[in-house]
Amino acid sequence: MNFYAIKAIYVFEMSRTLRTLIQSIASPVISTVLYFIVFGSAIGSRMEDISDVSYGSFIVPGLILLTVCLQSISNASFSIYFPKFIGSINELLSAPVSYLELVIGFISAAVTKSMTIGLIILITASFLVDIEIRHPIWMVCILFLSCVSFSLMGFIVGIWARSFEQITIIPDLIITPLVFLGGSFYSISLLPDFWQKVTLFNPVVYLISGFRWAFFGNADVYIGYSILAILVFTFTCMLIIWRIFKTGYRIKS
Amino acid sequence: MSQNIIQISHLSKTYKDGTVALEDINLNITDGEIIALLGPNGAGKTTLISAICGITNISSGKVTVGGHDVIENYKKTRALIGLVPQEIALQPFEKVIDVVRYSRNLFGCANDDAHIEKILRRLLLWDKKDKRIVELSGGMKRRVIIAKALSHEPKILFLDEPTAGVDVDLRFDMWELIKKLREDGTTIILTTHYIEEAEEIADRISIIDKGKIQLTEKKAELMQRLGKKVINIKLDQEIDIQLFSDEYNLSQGPDKASIIMHYSDAKKDDSLDRLLVKIKKGKYKILNIETDEKSLEEIFLDVVGK
Repeated sequence: MNFYAIKAIYVFEMSRTLRTLIQSIASPVISTVLYFIVFGSAIGSRMEDISDVSYGSFIVPGLILLTVCLQSISNASFSIYFPKFIGSINELLSAPVSYLELVIGFISAAVTKSMTIGLIILITASFLVDIEIRHPIWMVCILFLSCVSFSLMGFIVGIWARSFEQITIIPDLIITPLVFLGGSFYSISLLPDFWQKVTLFNPVVYLISGFRWAFFGNADVYIGYSILAILVFTFTCMLIIWRIFKTGYRIKS
Repeated sequence: MSQNIIQISHLSKTYKDGTVALEDINLNITDGEIIALLGPNGAGKTTLISAICGITNISSGKVTVGGHDVIENYKKTRALIGLVPQEIALQPFEKVIDVVRYSRNLFGCANDDAHIEKILRRLLLWDKKDKRIVELSGGMKRRVIIAKALSHEPKILFLDEPTAGVDVDLRFDMWELIKKLREDGTTIILTTHYIEEAEEIADRISIIDKGKIQLTEKKAELMQRLGKKVINIKLDQEIDIQLFSDEYNLSQGPDKASIIMHYSDAKKDDSLDRLLVKIKKGKYKILNIETDEKSLEEIFLDVVGK
């Protein structure tokens, strides 16, 4: 195992984050705080409790996941797309680094950033609304797995993308709607029966439900299904990445 | 006796669109030599380097570096190689010293600031070590990509058009650097458009055209075999060229008092000696003899048929 290379990639990516601290961390935190102020305090105070949880508290897990998922994709996709764009990916390809080592280096950096943002949002939210975490270890585990899986997905997007515009297509046009419609701001039990069934085809539902269970101890979907869905998604992304490197898709001629 | 550090056997590369970039390449590169790969644009030079370094997939054939297969034992082969790419591809907002350290780590080596300092000083980059890449001139950036390639002390250095677009001073500096690296035992594979560069520093020349190696030969032997000389013999009076031209490949100079002879070392005949005897017998006095040798560039153009 080339640990020096893994560390080098990790440190390089993290130093980029520290250099662009406002863009990397401050802006997602500020936008999430705005969500809390608007939905949690202003509108939320007039909303009924959901499953005995105040609306302001109820949206905390969904908002954390919304930001974390989008940030994971954005960080990971940019981290691999930029070397492709400027041509420095050839150095990575010609170095004695296995594909696994490359992925560990880039994904661990993206996960660190997303986890940090998620935890900062959680701490910020705790100043604005009452938060009780019933299953803190599960909360961290689900958050971690969400960061890993969406970072892996971002990595795939970064390799697939041929322009900066394409990097934003997947998060903007697919992930954001899925997260919004996956119960970030509501319980799917509030939906009519038909739409409840349709919503179950949205994989993000399982993620948000599981994360919310870790906070409040109740969920839209059985927690086992949530864990299974996250693991399946993670392994699917890993399989796609393995295939990409095996064939050299869009990285090797 | 020196060993082959790189062995390329029947290497072919065909791109997905059907373009044949390399066709049945066979080439052995000796440990410690400087070999220049010459060829026109699109000849396959960069593809050949990319195939050895792992940047492009090989369609068929086998390449070994240091006795290891470049696919099966890629970690071992790549650790031996430093690559200076043709395109300057650097993270624009990083500091010089950080990108060089990054390369060293990427190639599996622990930090060694003394070595990094040595390289940066050698490439006249030490006083720029804390500058961001974006602040550097084009020539300085090219020095940085060389520093990155040397950061892990490679045994083999690929230089893909290292002096393209650099000024004369930097080009001479690079030639000196390459010579020093060879003295340290580094094997150097150089692609270049500047045939003068190959002529100056290479031990062997390999000419590639249309994805095939047209010839590979020691530079001195190549120059001797294909190099032609023009000898201009200045005499003290006008001559009648008919007296000489029956026997030799001669022409008369514009002043009518000189003989121009086209001569090749490869022929190894005594025609020059016989001409001089004939001049003496004709009571001419030789005032001056000038020789002009055919350059590697002309040889190259002959080989690629232009």
